[in-house]
Parts: sequence; structure tokens; C-alpha cells
Amino acid sequence: MKAFAERKILLSNVGLIDPERIDDYLERGGYGGLRAALERTPADVVEELKESGLRGRGGAGFPTGIKWEFVLKSRGKTRYVVCNADEGEPGTFKDRVLMEGDPHRLIEGMAICGYAVGARRGFIYVRGEYALSIRRLERAISQARERGFLGRGILGSDFSFDIEVRAGAGAYVCGEETALLESMEGKRGWPRIRPPFPADHGFRGRPTVVNNVETLANVPEIVRRGAAWYRTLGTADSPGTKLYPLSGALTRTGLVEAEMGIPLRTLIFDLGGGPPEGRELKGVLVGGAAGAFLAPDELDIPMDFGSLRRIGAILGSGAVLAFDDTACVVDLLGSVLSFFAHESCGQCTPCRVGTAVLVDLLARVRSGNGDASVLDAMRRVTEVMEVASLCPLGQSVGLPVGTALEKFRGEFESHLKRGPCPRCEAATEVHA
Amino acid sequence: MITLKLDGREVRAKKGQTILEVATENGIRIPTLCYLEGLSPKGTCRVCMVEIANRNGKLVPACVTPVEEGLEVITRSERLTRLRRTIVEMLFLERNHICAFCVSNGHCELQDLAVELGMDHVTFPYRYPGLAMDLSHDDFGLDHNRCVVCGRCVRACSEVEGAFTWGFTGRGIDTAVATDLGIPWGLSETCTSCGKCVQACPTGALFERGMATAAQVKSPEIIREVTERRPRVF
Repeated sequence: MKAFAERKILLSNVGLIDPERIDDYLERGGYGGLRAALERTPADVVEELKESGLRGRGGAGFPTGIKWEFVLKSRGKTRYVVCNADEGEPGTFKDRVLMEGDPHRLIEGMAICGYAVGARRGFIYVRGEYALSIRRLERAISQARERGFLGRGILGSDFSFDIEVRAGAGAYVCGEETALLESMEGKRGWPRIRPPFPADHGFRGRPTVVNNVETLANVPEIVRRGAAWYRTLGTADSPGTKLYPLSGALTRTGLVEAEMGIPLRTLIFDLGGGPPEGRELKGVLVGGAAGAFLAPDELDIPMDFGSLRRIGAILGSGAVLAFDDTACVVDLLGSVLSFFAHESCGQCTPCRVGTAVLVDLLARVRSGNGDASVLDAMRRVTEVMEVASLCPLGQSVGLPVGTALEKFRGEFESHLKRGPCPRCEAATEVHA
Repeated sequence: MITLKLDGREVRAKKGQTILEVATENGIRIPTLCYLEGLSPKGTCRVCMVEIANRNGKLVPACVTPVEEGLEVITRSERLTRLRRTIVEMLFLERNHICAFCVSNGHCELQDLAVELGMDHVTFPYRYPGLAMDLSHDDFGLDHNRCVVCGRCVRACSEVEGAFTWGFTGRGIDTAVATDLGIPWGLSETCTSCGKCVQACPTGALFERGMATAAQVKSPEIIREVTERRPRVF
């Protein structure tokens, strides 16, 4: 049995360096990955990424090297690298810590990606509320330009690449890559029909790599230390380390980095310190609002893409939101559903109407206005949303609804019978 | 040429055609709502969802999905009827579709869909939003209570008339069509009063002023007639 503890690769500089000083980053080996990449062919770098087995950290877990290969082999000379930094998943604050604490790591990862796929321009689409991230990235970009890590003829090579920061305007759906591209083009942030995928029809219709911040932050170390080293971390299915944002009813909340496959129990009890004294863990919402509710008897699950998928959950952003016996699951699901209703873009019928209907149905459960048919109606709505919504936002709402109803059904039934619990009543005031 | 199967029948299609186009050519009707011949297809209402039998029963919108060699498409099944019915239910409960008082009663694509799919009642709570009308235009009116947010008016205005008067505002359940930057229609400086939006609208949301209940007959086919001699732009 592997002993799991914190293992800092992506966070190795965070808190130790001044993120506004490029020299701090350079002293710790920074831009060594870019230097190493430029000595190899682009196809070689893509091959290294493929061998590393790195999977996208934005939630879907798509193999990064394969995505890069699509773009490298695409027709057309103009290509783009877009970093998805529109971190909006509830309970998720990992990309923010990277951008605020070690912005050059992301810039280096993007430059390597640009070299590997043949792009000359990159964009970082940052959540608008992340003012400090935006400021630090912009400062880091201008420092990187001054030192020749960005701009024309990087490090004496004939590779040119530059990065521009774009701020989002407060829509969760713009974290969906095609909505993000629409937003970057100055349009409404409405997801596109896929296919075509961004790898052949992305920003301004050009082949585009869209990668999450955490994904790109993995790249410099992979190129510097090699795929074989990278594969010693994590699992065969999900190599590497992962950032896990811990929040909710834990003694120590915050961001931890550990190898993929760390059991949820270790994250919660060893790294998170367990629930506050005198309270008992009631459940965990894993993967963000679009994730799954897990019961206390599921804590031995390894936190990687494949293991969670096998039990019908998802790794998502890696967010771990723990709740204890003082929480009401009906109330928690209510927050999740209000969030989705607020963030649905309104483009397709199942999500636009479904998210609103779910809020109405949950209000009936909470107030005890109805019978078990209300719960069935919720499932009928999410079944349609799962298969017929246009983008992952609507498709994923069924996961929190389904798992909450399955694992905490008694709580929903008792609300239907007896009306709002004291916790619901208290929470109503908080939400208002 | 591409060979694929529609409901078990082998058919031939040209590369680049959509499932909906090929089905129509072969006499197979797939229900649609946001689709209108002559406008770019958007695949947003999700009424035209069909099943791909040889891709684990994956559902795709027929109006925007290109045909591929060997595709086995199912356009009608109990599962699809149930799904389409629920989507039409959602459209009915979303706003205030009171057919008996509507100018488009008897000439409404939403109503026709409900009949076709056997949606005789709504099984979820109605929302009853209190939405305003816009009667500021001399010739036409807009009743948001009857709008299904299909965007046909938006596309007719931008793609056919080139006026770009119509657009969307709000998000989620509050998404609505709007003229210019949300000013009353009658004050719009871009509107040419051509009326294509009204003809493209599948329900009574856009109508000619002065119409009595059930009197508003639409001619959405004018969009195809206007565009068919133009070079295809999408």
C-alpha cells in the first residue's frame, strides 16, 4: 500500500518565491523546461507529453499530448494556444493559487505548448473576479518579454510567441471551452456545437489548443525531467500529481497537492484534519457543483479520473467539499441548483428550462409541498438534461441531483413529509 | 457519396449534408422548431434529437449533425418521442402559452409539435412569468409570453435582412430576444420594418398588429424563397 502525503511539484514554488520577481523563478530552475524544449523538435515535445500520460485538469481528463498532436498536425499556419483560467467551479481555487503564487510556471508551460504545436500567439482567459491573478500574470508576462522568454526569437531561436491576458465577465459557462472562445471573439458566451472541436476550429476558426491552468503548469517539469519520471507519480490511468481544493466542514481547509490516486479518506482526515471537533462527517461533494455526492462509506475511493468514473462520479476540478451532521443535504442541493439556474446560458431548451424547473421542484421538497412524485419529476428533468443538453453544463446537473437523491433519499423524504428542517430555515436566511 | 442508414433503411447522401436534410429528402419527418430552411441551423431547441444506434445510442441534433459513412440513425422510437415530448413540455411551462387567446392559434409550430408528439398536458410546475409586451412598433408586436427563444427572428434579421436589429439579452431562464440594445422596438434605428422576423417566428410571439385571435397566419417559407437564389454563406 502506497503511503500518501502532500507531494509538491506544481506548488513547489508557491509561498517560497516572490511571484512578482522573475529572478526568484529563475533561481529555482524556471524556464529550464522551455530551454530544453527548444533544443528538440516540436513533434518530439508532443511525443514526450503523450508518453507522460498527462490528462487535462479542467475536469474532462482528455489526454493533453493527443490534443496537442491534433493541432500540430492540423492544416493552416495560424494556430493559437488558449489557457482556460476561467476558474468558476464552486469550491475550486487551485488555478488561482498557481497564477497568484507562481505565474511564470504557467507562462513557461504555454510557451512550450506554443512551440510544440506551432502557435505564435497565446491567450490566458482569466476569471474577471481574479484581479490579483490578472495583475501578477501581466507583470510576469512583461518580465518574461524583457528576458527573452516571450516575444520574437525566444532564447536566440527562430521561435516567436507572445501571450495576452483576457478577463472574463462573470459567467461560469465561459469556462466551457467553446463558450470561452466565443467570449474571446467578443460574442455572447454561448457554447458551440461540437464537432468541430477547437483543435481544428477554435479561436477565430483556427486550430486552437485550449488547456486548463493546472494542465499547462505540469508541462515545464514534464519536459525538463521527462515522461518516465512523470509516470512514477500517480496512477497508470492518471499520472502525476493533482491539486485538491479542500473546503467545507474540515479542520484544515485549503489547497493541497498530492499524487493522483490518493484516497479521499486521506485527503479528508490526514490532510484536511477531519471534521471540526464534536462533529461527524456526513458526506462529501467531489468534483465541484457539477460533481457527485459521496457517502461516508465511499471514502476509500482513490481520487483519480478512472477510479471515480467507475463509481459513477467524476474527478472534475478535484474539489473536495466536506459537510458534517449539521448540514442539510436538501439545502446543499438547493444551493447547487440555484447556482446552475443562475449560470445556465439560456441557449438550449433542456438546460435553460430544466435548471429553473429543478429550483422550483426543490422548493417544493424543502417546504414539504408534495410527495415522492416530486423527486421522480426531478429525475425526469435531469434525465432529459443529461442526454439532450447542448454542453456539459446542462449535461452534468444530473450527477449532483442523482447522487444526492440516491444516497440521502431519506432526508428528501422527511422534508416532503415534515417540511423545512431547522437547518433549512437557518440557511434560507443565510442565502437571502 | 456517403451511405448511411435511416431507421434501418439504407440511403445515400452527399458529404456535408446534415441528418435532417437527408431525412427530409427521403421522406422521413423529424420534428424541428429552431430550424428554418434558409437560416443557419443552430441545434439549440433540441426537438430534432435523433439517436445514433452504432454509437451507444448517443443523441445528436439532426439539424446540425453532418452525415457520416456507416451512421445508423434512428429518427423515431418510444425513447425519442418521450424525450421530445418532455422538451416541448418544458417550452410550454416556461412562459404563458394560452392557445385559446393567441393570435397564432391553429397556425403555431409549438402547438403543432404538441399535437404531433401527443403532449396533452404538462407534468411539471408551470412558471407563469409576468412578462411585458412590446407594442411600440407601428406595424408589429412582440409578446414575450409566447416566445420560445428559438432565435429564428434573430437569424432572419441578421442573415437575411442584414439589419442586425434582433439579438438576445439576459441569460438562463431570463434569456429573451431584444431589439437594438434593449430599447423598444418602435424606437429602433436599425429595424427596416421588413417583417421577416414576424414571418420566421414559429409562435404568436411576433405578430402583425390588428390581428384577432387565431388570425395570424405566417409564411416562414418566404425565408427560403428569399435566400435560395443567394450564394450559401454558412
